[in-house]
Amino acid sequence: MSQDALENVSKERGVKHWPWKVLSYFIAAIVVLPILVILVQWGTIGFGEQEIWQHLFDTKLDRLLINTLVLMLGVGVGVTTLGVSLAWLTSVCAFPGRKLFEWALMLPLAIPTYVMAFVFLGLMNYTGPVQTTLRSWIGDEVYFPNVQASGAVILVLSLVLYPYVYMLARSAFLTQGRSMMDAGRILGKTSWQSFFKIAVPIARPAIIAGLALALMETLADFGAVSIFNYDTFTTAIYSAWYGLFNLAVAAQLASLLLLFVAVVLFAEQKGRKQARYTQQNNRNIQLYKLKGWQALAATGFCTAVMLLAFVLPLGQLVLWCIEIAAEELDSRYVGFLLNTLGLGLIAAVLTTLFALLLAYVKRLPAGTVEKRWQSLAIRISTLGYALPGSVLAVGIILSFTFLDQAIIGVVQNVFGLSIRPLLVGSLFALVLAYSTRFMAVAFAPVEAGFERINPKVIEAAKSLGASPARLLHQIYIPLLKPGLLTALIIVFVDVMKEMPATLIMRPFGWDTLAVRIYQMTAEGQWERAALPSVTLILLGLIPVFLLVRSSRPSK
Amino acid sequence: MLNRVLFITLACLSLFACAEERAQVDSPDSEMSVQGSMLEITNPVIVYSSRQEYLIKPLFDRFTDETGIEVQYQTGEEGPLIARLQAEGEATFADVLYTVDAGNLWSASNRGLLASVDSASLQQNIPEHLREPLGQWFGLSVRARTIVYAKDRVNPSELSTYSALAESQWRDRLCLRTSKEVYNISLVATMIERLGEEATQNIIEGWVNNLAAPVFSSDTLVIEAIAAGQCDVGLVNSYYLGRKQVDDPDYPVALFWANQETSGTHVNISGAGITRYAKNPEGAQRLLEWLSTEEPQIMFSEMNLEIPANPTVPSAEQVAAWGEFIQDSINVEAAGRLQAAAVMLMDRADYR
Repeated sequence: MSQDALENVSKERGVKHWPWKVLSYFIAAIVVLPILVILVQWGTIGFGEQEIWQHLFDTKLDRLLINTLVLMLGVGVGVTTLGVSLAWLTSVCAFPGRKLFEWALMLPLAIPTYVMAFVFLGLMNYTGPVQTTLRSWIGDEVYFPNVQASGAVILVLSLVLYPYVYMLARSAFLTQGRSMMDAGRILGKTSWQSFFKIAVPIARPAIIAGLALALMETLADFGAVSIFNYDTFTTAIYSAWYGLFNLAVAAQLASLLLLFVAVVLFAEQKGRKQARYTQQNNRNIQLYKLKGWQALAATGFCTAVMLLAFVLPLGQLVLWCIEIAAEELDSRYVGFLLNTLGLGLIAAVLTTLFALLLAYVKRLPAGTVEKRWQSLAIRISTLGYALPGSVLAVGIILSFTFLDQAIIGVVQNVFGLSIRPLLVGSLFALVLAYSTRFMAVAFAPVEAGFERINPKVIEAAKSLGASPARLLHQIYIPLLKPGLLTALIIVFVDVMKEMPATLIMRPFGWDTLAVRIYQMTAEGQWERAALPSVTLILLGLIPVFLLVRSSRPSK
Repeated sequence: MLNRVLFITLACLSLFACAEERAQVDSPDSEMSVQGSMLEITNPVIVYSSRQEYLIKPLFDRFTDETGIEVQYQTGEEGPLIARLQAEGEATFADVLYTVDAGNLWSASNRGLLASVDSASLQQNIPEHLREPLGQWFGLSVRARTIVYAKDRVNPSELSTYSALAESQWRDRLCLRTSKEVYNISLVATMIERLGEEATQNIIEGWVNNLAAPVFSSDTLVIEAIAAGQCDVGLVNSYYLGRKQVDDPDYPVALFWANQETSGTHVNISGAGITRYAKNPEGAQRLLEWLSTEEPQIMFSEMNLEIPANPTVPSAEQVAAWGEFIQDSINVEAAGRLQAAAVMLMDRADYR
């Protein structure tokens, strides 16, 4: 670990660790508390809860579990195939259009899953243009697959979520370079063999990190699956809550979801064992030149993905926009835009700094017991991403009202003043909600940045007499920068797309574009949701562009 | 440098906290803690609403014009809104909870989140079956859930009741929205109240058997599927068809008032109640009373093609064109009471 190095650096500078520790434990507590509130709901198992559990077992739990597993498997295979293959092509191969695809393939990240879902359904269902055209050509008896089946949901989610894998795998392939691959080829492996036996295993932590994000978002997704009316574990959570009015059972179901994610992540980490993947910098990558049909296939594949995942949905949205822009567009859009940007920016900065703090403190010297608690807290704090947004929001409201009451009590007893609640309904609470939800998204790239720091390099630099300041400046900062930027930008985009927590926790007047989309889709007016959707996607392009610029290998 | 970054975090946090405090002071919520009879009348009424902004804002604006009382609202989904109201308890800012569907209001009232209101004008303006017996909530607009059919493929004389849609002549001709939608839950709940669980379950199983396509996620999709020929009949809230007919007067789908010979067409409400810990209950009551009077009732009907809850107020032209009909007189509160039973029944019948 680079821990020793850090330790020495800080010793030399006479820095005290405890303020950072206290601060980070405080932050961890705030992030972990709402998740614990959900777990605590197991305390409520009365007659009503038992009846509902029995009902779930009797009627649909098996179908929900199968549906959820099918969805996870499908999306898992989908995002990994798309993400890894595209990342490989654009980072180590040369083919026509590579420079364009390199960044363009990240763009689908800006499309919220629920928007992709309603666009897809609008295009593909019986009344949509595709089937209508087919019927007019071939006649009413034309066969068309069921557009609400698992395949369609998997396709839609894979197309929106593959950029997580793509981005992380790409940065791994870029740093990995082709020297290892060349070694494999010299040893007589074919290029496919070296890809699967060398490149992919080395990039595994990055691929898994991206895959974990995509699958956690899949598990938590309610918007897209409910548009397809595809029942998953998460729809059961909402049905227990909204239909049966039982929030306790909803929270219990949600905590099972968390348990599942925790176990899988833990197993993966065990499977990875203690292997460490420090990476060398490869500034000059020699690209494999693809020729003839290979080049054609590469270009064709990237084009197809771009068309399906971005150009087509955006085009349909723009068409709808043109139809209704006149009645929908008004001056309030300036407000929606600024609110969306502002919230995204504040939450991105704060969440990334929280993640940096946690990752930093994790590396400070500490006793065994303390270490154990640290890693447990970090693990819990990165689970929030797998919780359905509204459920997490209720956890946050419950924990914040608890804090509010504590604050009010103290102020009343000590100062004799009666005050209104400070936290619930405040901007601060909303931003903390985002931090809780997106901690996993920020933590993964920051942590990866720390891991990339090779302790041997630090030792070498120190033995050559480098000052701590120089170490920070020339080693830590450059190596952490890409991770921090990635974290900032993904959180920024994710916050802008976030709907359920924003909806329930936003202070008066803080309507965002996502809220606007909800207001339109809730009434089934998808066409009217097109304008806020397009605006949201265009806004999301800004950070994606920034990320692209920063992820280019420096010259 | 890392330390410096962390210091910046702290600085940001504290700045942020300060800004937040200022915002709190600026916000009108804190005005409410200022006691005094002079200010009382100008205190805003704060509404938690699951009804969308574009449907409530015009009404609230009009109310402010007439009374000088400002209305603030927080829109969102009913589940989280009610959970938030419950979590906030005595400390809540909300004076009024406004939702669609009686089930949600019943759930809030069942949790002790609403206060009973004794208002002569509300009792007079809102019929008994559209309000909670103790005055915990009041229906403000009525939506009918009824049968729609393809004009060219169905003769209205073939149609009669919701139950009849379970008969075999509708095999592969019926389209429905998902059972997770509260409108369907309420319809089934009132069927349970009228017909009992067993008979209701048979009917629902018949519906599922007759489906021409997997259930849809919105009423609009059901109507469009009928128009496109995917199916011939469906169940929707009347205003969704109204919107289509406004856009295209020759729309190929028509409306049929269900159960006219029997119990009357199923109706539900959008409605509101005053919260138990309202800080401005007087203002809240004035708002509810005003909403039950003629002008806002007409606005309800014209804006969203719903039916006024106040029976003395005429419906908008588009709505009136569907003709007079008899409403089911079961108190809509039954929809809430039996909601859980309805959800479980639909699960058992494999209505998804």
